[in-house]
Amino acid sequence: MRLVLAFLAVFGFAGGAAADGSMPVVPAATGDPHPEGNDYWRVHHMKMLLHDRDLTMRDGVRNVMPGEEPIQASLGECFDCHGVQDEAGAYVSYEDERHFCRVCHDYTAVQVDCFMCHRSTPSDTTAHRTMATPDDPSSIEAYLARVAQEMTE
Amino acid sequence: MTNRAEMTRRDIMKSGAAAATVTLAPGVTLMAFGGTAAEAAGRADAGKRWGLLIDASKCSPDCNDCVTACKTENGWGKDIESDHISPEQAPEWIRKVTLRDKTTGRTTSAPVMCQHCEEPPCVDVCPTGASMKRADGIVLVDKHICIGCRYCMMACPYKARSFVHEAITDQPEQNPRGKGTVESCNLCAPRIDSGRIPACVEACEKAGHSAILFGDLKDPDSPISKALKQYPNAALREDLELNPGVRYTNL
Repeated sequence: MRLVLAFLAVFGFAGGAAADGSMPVVPAATGDPHPEGNDYWRVHHMKMLLHDRDLTMRDGVRNVMPGEEPIQASLGECFDCHGVQDEAGAYVSYEDERHFCRVCHDYTAVQVDCFMCHRSTPSDTTAHRTMATPDDPSSIEAYLARVAQEMTE
Repeated sequence: MTNRAEMTRRDIMKSGAAAATVTLAPGVTLMAFGGTAAEAAGRADAGKRWGLLIDASKCSPDCNDCVTACKTENGWGKDIESDHISPEQAPEWIRKVTLRDKTTGRTTSAPVMCQHCEEPPCVDVCPTGASMKRADGIVLVDKHICIGCRYCMMACPYKARSFVHEAITDQPEQNPRGKGTVESCNLCAPRIDSGRIPACVEACEKAGHSAILFGDLKDPDSPISKALKQYPNAALREDLELNPGVRYTNL
């Protein structure tokens, strides 16, 4: 609870107090803002990620079906908007203290374990985020059609 | 189909959710209905069981494309991962095995990966529940709760599991993996969930061998089920009665 209050304190004043160097400066993001609003995300992001990780990992729900209830938080997609670039334009990883997550987590001394396994920079490949169409040669449907044709020949 | 309580018997049958009936004694039956709302919506579907049929006669001993494709898809096998360990300890999701008959000298070659057992010993022994079997039969490790005890590695008769010894970065987004956890072939679950075939199957087909046949073992009309019914085939270590989802023919 104390940590949550610390977070609230950090972000509550982030706008005004950051300039004097006493508060972390949250890196600006690109893309559309979260519909839930930043305040909600600042308080609840860890719960949202924890819930969705089990849904994805254990039930295979990956938010790729059209018309499905969307996954609220997918770690892989965070960095599409929240990637931080260095002077050379390369995205910084969690090793770098300018990383989006580290800016606040360093300040509040809350350790993040996510990046022991997950990548902490934007991904080059995003094919797995969308459902394969039947005309995609790597789709299960196209594959089964090819195999069925071979078997009849 | 929003609420399981509202599901009719017909809905359950249509959704493909598993309905198992076990006869305990004459006149006494135990019925179990599997399937959550998520499964009914076509995610990890209990009405399916994904499997592979590997035809060793089509597999070329010189070809390593399935292994290469797996490395690329899942991000394992970089040199840094085996810097301080012997090669046998290095992460390995899939490997090529060549068999040689001592009497005749005949050699056959086939890939070996996690066999996706119906009764997986790795799941039995896991103290945390990290080693798990999905509703669609895929056996994999939930690295969020894996403590790296490696009990599953010892339990697996196929040597399919490996341990990550080194800190790694730049993992593929769809396959997070890291130091201190056990991992193995997950039949490319992220690809299957997005309607794609596993990377090894795709690579084998591209190489012109088509030695790995992928499909749903529960669907009697699927090419894999038809082939299993038609041709002689075997599971590795059939004596253990684990009923693997990966089967071999012409071995």
